[in-house]
Amino acid sequence: MKPEINELELLEGLARNDRKAVETLYKMNYSMVQAFILNNNGTTDDARDIFQEAMIVLFEKTKDGSLALNCQIKTYVYSVCRRLWLKRLQQLQRFGTPVESMEEIIPVEEELEDHDRKNEAFGVMEKALNHLGEPCKSLLEAYYIQKKQMFEIADSFGYTNADNAKNQKYKCLMRLKKLFFAQYKNAD
Amino acid sequence: MQTEMNEITILDAAERYLRGEMTSEEKTAFDQLRQSNPEVDQLLVEHSFFLQELERYGTTRDVKHTLHEVHNQLLQDGAIKEENLTTGAKVVNMWKRYKRTITIAASIAGITALTVSGMMLLVAPRGNNSDVVELGKKFQQIEQKQKQQDRQINTIKSKISPDASIKAGGSAFLINIKGYLITNAHVVRNAKEIFATNNKGQDFKVIVVKKDEALDIAILKIEDEDFKNFTSIPYGIRKSSTDIAEPIFTLGFPRNEIVYGEGYLSAKTGFNGDTLSCQIAVAANPGNSGGPVFNRNGEIIGMLSTKESQAEGVVFAVQSKYIIQAINQLKKDDTTLNELKLPVSTSLKGLDKIQQVKKIQDYVFMIKVY
Repeated sequence: MKPEINELELLEGLARNDRKAVETLYKMNYSMVQAFILNNNGTTDDARDIFQEAMIVLFEKTKDGSLALNCQIKTYVYSVCRRLWLKRLQQLQRFGTPVESMEEIIPVEEELEDHDRKNEAFGVMEKALNHLGEPCKSLLEAYYIQKKQMFEIADSFGYTNADNAKNQKYKCLMRLKKLFFAQYKNAD
Repeated sequence: MQTEMNEITILDAAERYLRGEMTSEEKTAFDQLRQSNPEVDQLLVEHSFFLQELERYGTTRDVKHTLHEVHNQLLQDGAIKEENLTTGAKVVNMWKRYKRTITIAASIAGITALTVSGMMLLVAPRGNNSDVVELGKKFQQIEQKQKQQDRQINTIKSKISPDASIKAGGSAFLINIKGYLITNAHVVRNAKEIFATNNKGQDFKVIVVKKDEALDIAILKIEDEDFKNFTSIPYGIRKSSTDIAEPIFTLGFPRNEIVYGEGYLSAKTGFNGDTLSCQIAVAANPGNSGGPVFNRNGEIIGMLSTKESQAEGVVFAVQSKYIIQAINQLKKDDTTLNELKLPVSTSLKGLDKIQQVKKIQDYVFMIKVY
């Protein structure tokens, strides 16, 4: 089944972090995932974690433009959640009843390998930024993530001019890179 | 210094190259440099990868944050429900899952019951000289004298009658938008009148709804015409237990102002192996009792209650799952409490500490007991 037009719009909305789109995706899919997790030895907390992780997978894929969705979003989300939950159960060594499947599923193993790498990079980056301390952390976030202009940043952080702020920004960035790659390479 | 400046110049060039901000001559020169100098080439590739990762981190974090907010909002609107399985299936399921555990637990429980009753006989008479101090504030006699002087100076009318003197105090936090607070039972012991003060210094009259001395939990409700219901609560209460070494932070009122403390979970049980509580390492003082203990996601993992008198930095907190249990039990006993719905999930995940505390501080109260 081909995805309908509004499904594509929803995905584009998710890639833009559009709240309305996220809400719609949530309403369409959450109950199904929750029922699946609860039926398979999980709690509502687990359901929330797994569902949100699947949403992140969907977000990453759409943003990279690598999502070749030839099924409904629902099927994709269900397949991802199922795979993630199986893996979690294995980690927790909570075997027991096999996970039974009531819905159509598609293979997603390869996609999740990519997600694992990104998820790990996310963790390493979060740790590195926290390690960096202030004002470096806020300075880098303002420039590279919130995409603020250098003169605005100089103003709000109290640097005398944009050049000084820029120099400081590069010094912070070099430290962050060092912290990031030390962890990231170890993790490989 | 010189090399650092050089590195900055190269980085700046690399970023401008990647953003396409170079003039065509600059670009040709830089391309040549890349060809002749493999180190520069390597740096550019690495830097481009790194900036991608950094940007991805930012956007992913924003989406995670939106997901949390949406989840909480939809729950509140009733658009999604955290339902449980139908009871029959659940019990069967639980039985299948925990058959072995239950059998073992039952036999251990039997042995423990015998041991505990034996132990109680040994321990009970020790009474007052306890090894654990309750962290409720005890105000001294001096305070009363000061009060008399204050009375002459203070012309502003307070809700609190001027004849009253503070007997004890502690902290509390909101667990429901309708003004339900939770604190330690020992904070409100022997209370005639109780007031909760928010971070802005506003006093609200509160009443004790329920008290469980064994769990050291008291549920209070703000009954004051000045109190307006909150629209939402930013934190959730964690249902499962927390791992050792997980970083935690606390907010409380050891003085007349909100105070932040940071530490980690040091043990999964409390004083003398008490399984209802856990041990945390954090600076705590009288007045911290009843204050919330958060993990880094801004979920409540416990309520600060006591500290060991013989050692510094050994602090105990009631585990959050027992808070939830106690409240559910109370709801069963008293149907008027059915409106007490607990906050389930946090909207603070992924925020830095400063932002988290800013969002939380309006929901933590100082308790004054008269």
